[in-house]
Amino acid sequence: MKILVTLKRVPDPEQKVKFKGDAIDFTGVNWVPNQFDEYAVEAALRLTENASAGGAGGAVRDGEVVVVSIGPKEVAQQLRAALAMGADRAILIDGDDGALDAEMVARTLVKLVEQEKPDLLLMGKLAADSENNQVGQLAAGYLHWPQATFAATIQAAEDGKALDVGREVDSGVEIKRVTLPAVVTVDLRIIAPQAIKNGKTAPDHAYPEGPRYASLKGIMAAKKKPITETALATLGIAPSLRVKTTAVTAPPARKAGVKVASVEELVAKLHNEAKVL
Amino acid sequence: MSFRGVDYYATDELLTDEERLIRDTFRRFVDDELMPIVAGHFRAGTFPRELPARLGELGALGASLQGYGCAGLGPVAYGLIMQELERCDSGFRSFASVQGSLVMYPIHSYGTEEQKQRWLPAMAAGRAIGCFGLTEPDFGSNPSGMRTTATRTNTGWVLNGEKRWITSGGLADVAVVWARTSEGEIRGFLVERGTKGFATHDIEGKFSLRASVTSELIFEDCHLPESAILPGSGGLKSPLSCLNQARYGISWGAVGAAMACYEEALSYTKERVQFRRPIAGYQLVQAKLVGMLEDITNSQLLAWRLGRLKEAGRARPQQVSLAKRHNVRVALEAARTARDLLGANGVTDEYQAGRHMCNLESVFTYEGTDHIHTLILGQDITGINAFE
Repeated sequence: MKILVTLKRVPDPEQKVKFKGDAIDFTGVNWVPNQFDEYAVEAALRLTENASAGGAGGAVRDGEVVVVSIGPKEVAQQLRAALAMGADRAILIDGDDGALDAEMVARTLVKLVEQEKPDLLLMGKLAADSENNQVGQLAAGYLHWPQATFAATIQAAEDGKALDVGREVDSGVEIKRVTLPAVVTVDLRIIAPQAIKNGKTAPDHAYPEGPRYASLKGIMAAKKKPITETALATLGIAPSLRVKTTAVTAPPARKAGVKVASVEELVAKLHNEAKVL
Repeated sequence: MSFRGVDYYATDELLTDEERLIRDTFRRFVDDELMPIVAGHFRAGTFPRELPARLGELGALGASLQGYGCAGLGPVAYGLIMQELERCDSGFRSFASVQGSLVMYPIHSYGTEEQKQRWLPAMAAGRAIGCFGLTEPDFGSNPSGMRTTATRTNTGWVLNGEKRWITSGGLADVAVVWARTSEGEIRGFLVERGTKGFATHDIEGKFSLRASVTSELIFEDCHLPESAILPGSGGLKSPLSCLNQARYGISWGAVGAAMACYEEALSYTKERVQFRRPIAGYQLVQAKLVGMLEDITNSQLLAWRLGRLKEAGRARPQQVSLAKRHNVRVALEAARTARDLLGANGVTDEYQAGRHMCNLESVFTYEGTDHIHTLILGQDITGINAFE
């Protein structure tokens, strides 16, 4: 199976957001891979290996994983990390994150899918910075491919021509069969030890929870793996936006609370001011 | 929340992408797999037996060596691994230092092809464990006085003597043992566990490095084949060259321990409220926190610059001494300060500072005591030997 995986870099979600006027100040920001995309890379690797075959030497690769990112040249660092985890090659599309919207990203991915012809476009369910949760759905629509979003489990069908994708919905777990090629976006449970069954790795194989570590061997091997650089213009993507950001404001600071002297006063305030009683 | 590092001077920018990636891998490994188990092992006085294989899988053992299953990393990347391991525990870093710098390095530098093939891939994978026998009960800072002898026989050598304070001694499948031959020369020997006349005893009752094994090695008419000698070794400079590698790693490791203590003290003092405000709001506390940060920043820059010099083949042993001396001394001070700022909580293993403080007492003393490094530097700058 050939899998195209998206990997976006986002500001470290654990870092405090700084503002400069009415825009976010990105100076000094620590950029990290979008967590759900990292999960997608891990899922892609699990889908394309036999983890039971390699013995102490690790898993045997069986398939191809191509990681793609749209962003500045520095994204190479995050792509290199994915290559160190085990992805086969990477594509860096030069682009300014501020000049993109979900629709344009989807169009770009469609173009890339036409060139790369993967069996599966695998993505995180959303990016932690914009939280759009739109690109996978849009891309599937443009491609006329089946889609399964918020994947918690993936099981390859016996003939290898479809995937059974488990989705945690309000009423329980829903299994959707998508024929390949397809678009799948992953949720956080996809990195559970037994979330992925690819028909090659032993069905009882349990992975360590979470995305795998890049071993030193992997990091050294990644130096030799190719990162192909291209640009939106080269791919023929017209820079038109459907969504424009008109304003960004910091959440208002929390107001100080008040101390009440008695239960009566509290009840009165809840009744008269908060109007919850 | 996972560890974010202490980086007041944007030293991250001094690292290559690859070095950062390696550091981040080990940072996550330490947070996920070692932090949850370290206090338990320290309290019980046990070494985590699964650690060698895990470090081997990640490629951390003998990581700076070329070939034989080793990663062939540059000195800065190697140093960053030591930093992250010691951010958890000096005992864990000690294990890795001994395995890589004190056992794999001499086999790699002074061993025969057969010895290398036999030991290096297994040690890199963590399947075999090594120890380094130089120090003796009566000869620590002055190893040239060693009493362990290697006498020639028809078929090889006979070792007699005693080594003490040997990290991983009781675990080791092979010991690199330094002994004096009848000609008076110091040579290195590989002694395998189970060899007749070779016994180990673990040292009990340690206050320090409790999550690591420290032992004595006893040699009583221990017969070794000719193939046990490291043919390339000769003179005290051979073991000292190993120590030079290990001391370099320690200068990075100490940064890790100091960062752990600083982070803990900073977050504790920001939370701990006394007299209606966090204690971090008091001048005496701030002065201590700032002192720690200043020392860590100095240490980072020293270790980084030493690494780049080493990369260029220009690091002198005296420069290694300066980094080891400085970084370990300030890390020990940082641990003591952190313990102080944590008040009574600092004396329990619910927090790290007390453990680091106890560990760093050993690090202060081993691999060249603080005094010895001072004399090495004193001799270097004055030209006058003050050892004797």
